[in-house]
Amino acid sequence: MITFEGVTKRYPDGTVALDDVSLECPTGKITVFVGTSGGGKTTALRTINRMVEPTGGRVLIDGRDVRDSRPAELRRGIGYVIQHAGLFPHRTIEDNIATVPYLLRWNKKKARETARELMERVGLDPGMAGRYPFQLSGGQQQRVGVARALAADPPVMLMDEPFSAVDPVVRGELQAEFLRLQAELHKTIVFVTHDIDEAIKLGDRIAVFRTGGKLVQVASPQELLSRPADDFVAGFIGHDRGIRRLSFIPAAEAPLTERDVLTAATPVATARAAGDWVLVVGEDRRPLGWAATGALPADGVLGEARLAPIGHTFTVGTDSVRAALDAAILSPSGRAVGVDGDGRLVGVADQHDLSAAITAAVNAAPEPADTEPADTEPAAVAEPADGLAPVDPVPVDGPEPGEPAPAEPASKDGVPD
Amino acid sequence: MEIDWGWIGEHTDSLTEHALTHLRLALFPVVFGLLISLPLGVLCRRWRWFYPPVLTAANVLYAIPSLALYMIFIQYTGLNESTVMIPLTLYSLSVLVPNVVDGLASVSEPVRQAATAVGFGTLRRLVQVEMPIAVPVVIAGVRVAAVSSISLVAIGQLIGQGGLGEDIFRGYQLNFPTQILAASVLIVLLALVTDALLVAVQWLLTPWARARGRAS
Amino acid sequence: MNKLWNQVDLSWQWLTASGQWHGEESIPHRLFQHLLYSGAALLFAALIGLALGLLVGHTGRGGFLAVSVANIARAVPTIGLVLLIVTVKYSITPQVIALVALAVPPILVNTFEGVRGVDPETRDAARGMGMSEWGVLWHAELPMALPLILLGLRTSAIQVVATATIVAYPGFGGLGRYIVDGLARNDYQLVVGGTVLVVLLAVAVQLLFAALRRFAVSPGLRGSARSS
Repeated sequence: MITFEGVTKRYPDGTVALDDVSLECPTGKITVFVGTSGGGKTTALRTINRMVEPTGGRVLIDGRDVRDSRPAELRRGIGYVIQHAGLFPHRTIEDNIATVPYLLRWNKKKARETARELMERVGLDPGMAGRYPFQLSGGQQQRVGVARALAADPPVMLMDEPFSAVDPVVRGELQAEFLRLQAELHKTIVFVTHDIDEAIKLGDRIAVFRTGGKLVQVASPQELLSRPADDFVAGFIGHDRGIRRLSFIPAAEAPLTERDVLTAATPVATARAAGDWVLVVGEDRRPLGWAATGALPADGVLGEARLAPIGHTFTVGTDSVRAALDAAILSPSGRAVGVDGDGRLVGVADQHDLSAAITAAVNAAPEPADTEPADTEPAAVAEPADGLAPVDPVPVDGPEPGEPAPAEPASKDGVPD
Repeated sequence: MEIDWGWIGEHTDSLTEHALTHLRLALFPVVFGLLISLPLGVLCRRWRWFYPPVLTAANVLYAIPSLALYMIFIQYTGLNESTVMIPLTLYSLSVLVPNVVDGLASVSEPVRQAATAVGFGTLRRLVQVEMPIAVPVVIAGVRVAAVSSISLVAIGQLIGQGGLGEDIFRGYQLNFPTQILAASVLIVLLALVTDALLVAVQWLLTPWARARGRAS
Repeated sequence: MNKLWNQVDLSWQWLTASGQWHGEESIPHRLFQHLLYSGAALLFAALIGLALGLLVGHTGRGGFLAVSVANIARAVPTIGLVLLIVTVKYSITPQVIALVALAVPPILVNTFEGVRGVDPETRDAARGMGMSEWGVLWHAELPMALPLILLGLRTSAIQVVATATIVAYPGFGGLGRYIVDGLARNDYQLVVGGTVLVVLLAVAVQLLFAALRRFAVSPGLRGSARSS
């Protein structure tokens, strides 16, 4: 765990980059520092590996003050990834990745073997090991940057806007792979970004900084969305935080029905008795398509009729209400098709069903963290799990813990239009 | 080594005269060099194949000792000022041509395309967009050329045209270090003043760089 | 044109005359002297220029001062320095100082610019991964500045090789002997022959540095230099 205790950074000219920041970055989790430029989030990150020395307070890694180690040695035990990767242009990819192993005086063979393993791990063709950075795309360079940070298997990783300089498609891929990698590696990660969407997508915990180096709120993504500490945070998150919150309500909360679901072998005549749209499924319960009852052929079975494509389905165990709602809106019938992990039908829900589920979930959840689908950690992420005194400096006028969450988050949006 | 301050006091007139000659001998070649290298640099940008041979020629020229180059030109131009100025012009080309080319190359492609897009013709774009942007790099070259030219003139004294070089060689022949030192220091001062003036010229020619300097 | 051809012809005759290749006055001997003066000057200049350039470039302090001093040094007339030193002490060793003064500025300025020009992100990454200040200098800044450093060394080498001729004026050796003696005797063949030798030496220096660049500069840098 990384602990900030009243960390302050004041420059000789009087500028304050960090103002009495206290927070904890739990072991094995991704803590995202987010905020406006000049908010001190990068400065905060850089105090961890002593690239910046605070003028007040202290930073601890697993209870040990970072100032107890010599900077160079401390840094060799902490992975470091920055925006444009900062690769060494004069070194090959494998030698770039092996930088820290070389510094730690591993033998060359072992260092290079590790480098090649890591290349595969971050999704690079090991055949590129002998190339130079300028021969790689921006996304590939960034993968090398991540591999380089992982080379000596450090328990802690610092990532300073690592995905900001690539295009949105590549960024999405990098983010997804990063999460996949983290699920395997369980590093303690501090991740700086100015992009709130990225923060919500990647963070287990989010720390919001504002100009002047003030830490305004530390919370889980869903709590941040449902209960922003103040107008600044609410404004930073943006207008559609209500919609974003839906990402944290599991689709399983919605009532799924089998209304108007028929097999391909069903005679057309039977189908005509159903509603406007009928979902046709195969023998194995895999959905085949929507049939408009008004346009069905005179006779035969449903399997022979012309079917409208389903569009995309949502997976009941893992997807959120947001995905389900999206599927419903795009579906020709206005209904979303929920499937299990194998693609077999679980049930169908229309926009009304989903909306009811959303209202129920929001009202029923005093602690929004309870509803988080992916995270297996106990609910109140905002409270340090190990019983230490909360260091959250938060809300001046925010809701107290335990107070019911506002029923209609979107309406409490503090952003003036 | 003792400095004879009295001698310097008595000879301010002749030193001043030599200094002015020195400046003329040194700076006309830089002006000529600039007049030649601007079109040459533009041509090198237009036809890329043209640049490598020009660059090689400039490098070879630079390697010819000034002493020898003056001697060779005596045969063609006789013992007059142009015998010193022509070699110095050639030397200045070896600095100025690459700088003009680099300066023009420093104009970013978006700027070039934007100029074309708003309807600048090739010549107009060159004069109103590319040349101004190239100014800092070109002036950096002019500074180096002017300073080296000023220090190189002295050797011209071997063929009778050396400005302050006259005092350097006279001092050597008379075994009188004061005269050598005085002339050498004056040469450095001339170079410094010239350099400072060129910095001022750049400041005047690039108001946008000034504004940026203040903002940051 | 006729005159020019005459000069080429004369210098060829001079170069190929068998008398030029043996003894105290011979081309190999003069060449050896020339290389000795130039080499010594360049070695000292490289030590001074590299050390100062790396120091100033790495710390980022004193850059303006160093570059300004180097530019002033460029203005010092080498002939003045050579003749001044001679009037004080007649010996070849201090003459090398004049050549060192000539050679330091390009090396110093290019080294400084080379190190300053290293991408700050790369420097940041190097520190962030736990390189010591020496490590940053040695493993990141120096190899990345190398193309510019070699360029500075090349400029200095060519200037020194061409300028070392003037130490012949106060009576020392080297290839300048032919030029100065030719002047004194009004023997153009000698002047042109000596000049051709100096130019050939300068071309050899160019080739040497082209080879050095190929050998010492990482292909990763050459590639990016080409693409930019």
